[in-house]
Amino acid sequence: MISYVWGGMMLLSLICAAITGRMPELSNAVFSGGESAISLCISLLATIPLWSGLMNIAESSGIVRLISRMLRPLFRLIFRISPDSKAAGAICMNVSANMLGLANAATPFGIKAMGLLQDENPSDDTASDDMITFVLINTASVQIIPTTVAQIRAKYGSASPMDIICCIWITSICTLIIALIANVILRQFSGGRKCHI
Amino acid sequence: MSYITAWFAPLVICVIVVTGMIRTDNVFSHFTSGATMGLKTVYSIAPSLVGLIVAVQMLKSSGAVDILTYALTPIADILHIPKDVMPLVLLRPVSGSGALAMLDRLVATAGADSISGRVASVLCASSETTFYTTTLYFSSVRIKRIRHTLIAALIADFSCTIISAITVNLFFG
Repeated sequence: MISYVWGGMMLLSLICAAITGRMPELSNAVFSGGESAISLCISLLATIPLWSGLMNIAESSGIVRLISRMLRPLFRLIFRISPDSKAAGAICMNVSANMLGLANAATPFGIKAMGLLQDENPSDDTASDDMITFVLINTASVQIIPTTVAQIRAKYGSASPMDIICCIWITSICTLIIALIANVILRQFSGGRKCHI
Repeated sequence: MSYITAWFAPLVICVIVVTGMIRTDNVFSHFTSGATMGLKTVYSIAPSLVGLIVAVQMLKSSGAVDILTYALTPIADILHIPKDVMPLVLLRPVSGSGALAMLDRLVATAGADSISGRVASVLCASSETTFYTTTLYFSSVRIKRIRHTLIAALIADFSCTIISAITVNLFFG
């Protein structure tokens, strides 16, 4: 799937650049894209080790267990793995960091969670139901205080930059629910691995 | 408000470290062993990031967003999505920094308290860079068959656009 999306994006850009006459820009993008990927990796190189280190402390000191216990009822509703597993702990840490708007912290927790989910996945190259659910929760993004957007609105003279916060909460939660419903429906048709972990 | 959120990261770090100092014997060695695993993770995801980001930059620079916006105008009209928000709708799942730059320009031209500005802000705050997140997470565990992930995520992104327009019109229309 990723291979097709990847190839499709490149083919689509070639066709569109031919139509719009932006071939020089496209050619530039091939080189600058690699550079921006590496600068992203460098910034990840700074944040991921820091937060995986902190995650390791939080795990051995029992903070992870405490947070998982608080999120347990919701967790049971959405995931198939046991709420006491290590993967569940990493998932809960990822979700809490995302809600606080700490994207830099959320990503390392998320990658850790994927690794632990993969340990319980019977397949080497096919995503398990729980992995998909987890990625969908991340792509839906629920944030309690949307600082970045509020900053942009404040910069351009909004009377009250945070007045859209209710709209954002309603939209995020509806989007998350739609993602989870789509997930439950679509997984009946996709691959059909009966892997109840 | 941003002063309050500035507290989050430092506070979270201190709570974790101090609790670690009380409850475990050697916090710093716990930290370093976790950080080592983190370094390995970055190493393993770098190749797929290079591949994906090149494709995203190509798509952005090729004018594909403009062509798709033009094609989707009738749908935007039916769903009461402001016309100037459409390019952002298409860019949001693909590029986080690109979407932020576009939001900045849109709010500057349409006005921070305009309907377009509000819809764009709600949209950006309520969605994620779907393609980046999906690739990052699955490539970190070398999963190639992601089944219905992308379809479900894009359905959610599309609904996010519609709901942003509905809520903004409801509260501020």
